[in-house]
Amino acid sequence: MKKALIALAVAALGSMPALAQQTIKIANIVELSGPGTTSGTNFKNGVELAVREINAAGGILGRRIETSTVDTQSNPGVAKGLTQKAVDQDVFAVFGPVFSGSIMVSMAETRRAEIPNFTGGEAAAITTQGNPYIFRTSFTQATAMPKIARYITDQAKAKTLSLIYVNNDFGKGGRDMLMKALEKSQTKIVADVSTESAQVDFSAAVLRARQANPDAIFVYTNEEESARVLRELRKQGWTKPVIGETVLTSQKVIELAGEAANGAVAHVGLTVDAPIPAMRAFRAKFEREYKYITDHNGIKGYTGMYVLKAAIEKVGKLDRKAVAKAMHGLKLRVADHPGILMDVEFDKNGDLDRDSFLTEVRNGKQEVTATLPPLSRK
Amino acid sequence: MTDLLQLTFSGIATGSIYALAALGFTLLWQASGTINFAQGEFVMLPAFAMLFFAAQGAPLPVAFVLTIAVAVAVLGWAFKRGVVDPLFRHGMMAIVVATIGLSIAMRNGVRIYSADAHPFPSLFADKLLRVGGVTVSLADAGTLAFALVLVVATQAFLARTLTGRAMQAVAQNTESAAVLGINVPLMILYTFAINAVLACAAALLVTPVYFGKFDMGESLGTKAFFAAVIGGFNNSRGALLGGVIVGIGENLAAAYISPAYKDAVALALFMVVILFKPQGLLGRKEERKV
Repeated sequence: MKKALIALAVAALGSMPALAQQTIKIANIVELSGPGTTSGTNFKNGVELAVREINAAGGILGRRIETSTVDTQSNPGVAKGLTQKAVDQDVFAVFGPVFSGSIMVSMAETRRAEIPNFTGGEAAAITTQGNPYIFRTSFTQATAMPKIARYITDQAKAKTLSLIYVNNDFGKGGRDMLMKALEKSQTKIVADVSTESAQVDFSAAVLRARQANPDAIFVYTNEEESARVLRELRKQGWTKPVIGETVLTSQKVIELAGEAANGAVAHVGLTVDAPIPAMRAFRAKFEREYKYITDHNGIKGYTGMYVLKAAIEKVGKLDRKAVAKAMHGLKLRVADHPGILMDVEFDKNGDLDRDSFLTEVRNGKQEVTATLPPLSRK
Repeated sequence: MTDLLQLTFSGIATGSIYALAALGFTLLWQASGTINFAQGEFVMLPAFAMLFFAAQGAPLPVAFVLTIAVAVAVLGWAFKRGVVDPLFRHGMMAIVVATIGLSIAMRNGVRIYSADAHPFPSLFADKLLRVGGVTVSLADAGTLAFALVLVVATQAFLARTLTGRAMQAVAQNTESAAVLGINVPLMILYTFAINAVLACAAALLVTPVYFGKFDMGESLGTKAFFAAVIGGFNNSRGALLGGVIVGIGENLAAAYISPAYKDAVALALFMVVILFKPQGLLGRKEERKV
């Protein structure tokens, strides 16, 4: 009996290659445990939702997509090993990891094997290494900061600005990008206040920012610190605009800062609350499927999969190299590819540009108040 | 001038938070001659316990009482039996190293459960008081008041009650205390139980500001240790003084020197005190048999 089973299993294995030709294999290499759990799970769920829809509609070039999912444990070393394994299994494309630290090391494997790799990572360095197989599913600081700078100067009309940033890679990177973007503008930076990660008392930092008497204060710290800064700003009676990037109006900050979060304004690259019918429909589909509302990582995974589909269809054959090449300079319109949710274009580095949103916290909820055009459009 | 006052008041508020954690250091030292480097985590765990009970539907006061019960058992009795008792005869160094290890284990244990920051309900209403251009939140004032009460109560208990004096006697000379008929193991157990209760009280006051997070005890524990040394390790009032000095010093340095040096202030004060007054500002020289 046992032997018969083994024989059967071997036979099944033997017939796999024939089957594989009929399917397109995609590997999800994501954070399903550790600090990246939320991001990774949302990203994976987004990819799988798109795959189910694509398969139901007849697949890509008539072939079904087959996904496999593995857990990086939010660990770069594990991510690298799993990517190597996926490469050995001859997948057509890799989705993930989402964490910048992980993709920075794992993308060497997909690059060597010439496999397109879509990431949710947002560190600027990912696409500055000349890797022709890496593609983003969201903005970097290098795209987001010029957008927010444009808003500060043109819409908020702030002539003077105080900066409060956190002194780590994330905070310094963002601060430098913003300063560069504001260099030639009408807005002058009048106070540049560095704070520590995990800092608790922000009274001195806020006081310094306030003393310079700016038209607005820009806050660029992680979630908990942002909440504390907002509380301190309220305490010290600050009533002029508080502006941030993504983090400042995130659900976590609102939850932690409570009342003090109201009125904070921030640019966000992706949000399920965007006033776009396709995005609303996606939000509803996702919630129906998984019984919760996704953050931006679900959108990254979902749209990433549809971008891959569009690129393959453009090339017309299952050729990884040709697909990666076609991705550079690719311009996609929602009218032709509804699954991408928003018009998007990729540059030669694998970075993308598209609409983004301005949000404000009102009554403890993040609300989209405006749509900001892509950087390439003036 | 208003700015200076504002900074000072904020510093006092932060300082009283440090003081609450520092109180545990001075208590354990005065009454059992041990140093617990997991003191910050001893505040973090009750915070999560309260969040857990609250998530089960318990109102905050009930969650607090339940947490005290659990804390006395785990952070009091189990900590004494599991870590301090077996290592006591190997001297202080063994306990210090063990508690450092324990703090790492506790942090990462909680991290597996949740790596996120959790908001924590405040005991005090979300109100701002404006006094002569200076804004003080009700929570800041309340924390300071609570810290004062706890410090005075602890000091009074140790100095004025029979049990308290017996506990100090045990720490100063265990053998003589035993000869005098003091129940040594019971006194030491009391010390750890009281430390656990203080940690719960600190958690209740500190967490609305720090948020419930696995690593909230890390900086809190370090600052509290510095505060305790600056104020005087063998004096509970020293914990409060040390905490407030560190809190104010940090704020003034951040505003008038550079925010980048904020975290160095506690360390600099610590070194100055160690060099010139090693027993701490309010501490007294003591001889003890370890």
